[in-house]
Amino acid sequence: MDIKIENLTKNYGPQVAVDDISFEVKAGEILGFLGPNGAGKTTTMKMITNYIAIDHGDILLGGKSILNEGDTLRRHIGYLPEHNPLYHDMPVIDYLKFSAALQGVNKSEITDRIKEMVKICGLNAEKHKKIGELSKGYRQRVGLAQAMIHNPDVLILDEPTSGLDPNQIVEIRKLIREIGKEKTVILSTHILPEVEATCDRILIINKGRIVADGTAETLKKQAHGQELIITTIGEGNPVDIKNALLELSAVASVTNIDTNRFEIQSKPDKHSAREVFQLCVGKGWVITELTPTQTKLEDIFRNLTTN
Amino acid sequence: MRPIWIIAKKELQSFFDSLIAYIMIVLFLGFSGFFTWLYGSDVFLVGQANLNGFFSIAFWTLFFFIPAITMRTLAEERKTGTIELLLTKAVTDRQVILGKFLASLLLVVIALAFTLPYYITLASIGSVDHGAILTGYLGLIFLSAAYISIGLFTSSLTGNQIVAFLLALFIGLFFHLIFDVLAGNFTGFTGQLFTTLSLTSHFDSMSRGVLDSKDIIYFLSIIVIGVFLSELNLAKRNLAN
Repeated sequence: MDIKIENLTKNYGPQVAVDDISFEVKAGEILGFLGPNGAGKTTTMKMITNYIAIDHGDILLGGKSILNEGDTLRRHIGYLPEHNPLYHDMPVIDYLKFSAALQGVNKSEITDRIKEMVKICGLNAEKHKKIGELSKGYRQRVGLAQAMIHNPDVLILDEPTSGLDPNQIVEIRKLIREIGKEKTVILSTHILPEVEATCDRILIINKGRIVADGTAETLKKQAHGQELIITTIGEGNPVDIKNALLELSAVASVTNIDTNRFEIQSKPDKHSAREVFQLCVGKGWVITELTPTQTKLEDIFRNLTTN
Repeated sequence: MRPIWIIAKKELQSFFDSLIAYIMIVLFLGFSGFFTWLYGSDVFLVGQANLNGFFSIAFWTLFFFIPAITMRTLAEERKTGTIELLLTKAVTDRQVILGKFLASLLLVVIALAFTLPYYITLASIGSVDHGAILTGYLGLIFLSAAYISIGLFTSSLTGNQIVAFLLALFIGLFFHLIFDVLAGNFTGFTGQLFTTLSLTSHFDSMSRGVLDSKDIIYFLSIIVIGVFLSELNLAKRNLAN
């Protein structure tokens, strides 16, 4: 089931939470939703799940507008809200039963679905406990289990791995990837490596607007079309070295990181490592470091969201 | 209909899980039993085979207990955020409210069912006006339903259970006492208006064995208004600017 978001806008009083955003997510795609706190991620998710109303624009799930058919479309959405709210005095199994029944799962299938969810989410050891007695990681699993219990076409996960230990994070990521093969998944997170590990596509929003949209690869290319090298050159006057570097044909800019350490940005589609090496050989300078660096998603994120 | 019943079942279960149900039933039976059979103007002192004493005690105990039952229904969900999870399931706001209403009412009905031995005892020691007892019980159920809908409404206003409890008592007090007192102080139309608004007068006529459509309409309108306002409060999150 595709999700299509058209000119979505939401105001909280005078504050614009989501400002005219449009995007599409196809079935079988996992979309990572990134943005600083207060960027409008959660608000957008709440609108998709039909919890809060849309001010302007529309959200289409499988071609149907949630404005008109919100009540029936809810059945196709699995939702894990932020902070994972759960009934702490309910036993895990009872809660899953309750969720399944509310989502309209047939009585005869409920037991099977619960068994499957317990297996997938690794809840077997804890299934008879009350939710309040579980550790945070297990609660998170219960939250995921209730979101998927009715086998929804669309999964909306607001920070699904928060509070999990590294092993669990790997498992949950694997699980999300698995689910994402057939279903449409939108997940928000603050953990950038997670997006790279899990998502097919990344959407960065800031102050309610989309600032970037694409795969991790394309985003990196867009952010820095040029090669970046860090090098440390000893036994020479830093000023001379810098000037000599700047004269090289492939070098676009040089910045000092340390006295003898430089960050060299190459001109588009050129590689400067060879020239730098030959320069140093010629001048008798010693290269103690020559590292090609990759732009990190963190840097892109910071660039796009801090101004 | 199915979602209403699912929610009601879950709510009722959580009343029993959290001991609220047991405390409520024990206290209710303790109070009403003590004053019906042992103390004050009890059955043996009055010497009549009716349950008027019980009905007037239940009239007060339910007034205090019901806000304690309803206070958590929506306020707690709002505070813990589970309301978001509930309302994004395939249920409407109305089904959620009605489910919670039904659960609270069922709990009161269960408590009232435990007083049926009173009736059986009475029937074996004297000649009882069965009709009056039936309408009396019906009156208690209607009264409970009315206070439950008020309690649901105050619970939908806030995330704080104590506020919900006190507010429900405060609003309830008008119907329970203040309108009745005011009715005695005014004559003519104003007096008539307050008599009509007072829950006491409507309950009294039912507990005396009079089944009047006026009373039923009165209770039903409080119930409908309370449920409707609660639903409105839930739907408020959902209003476009």
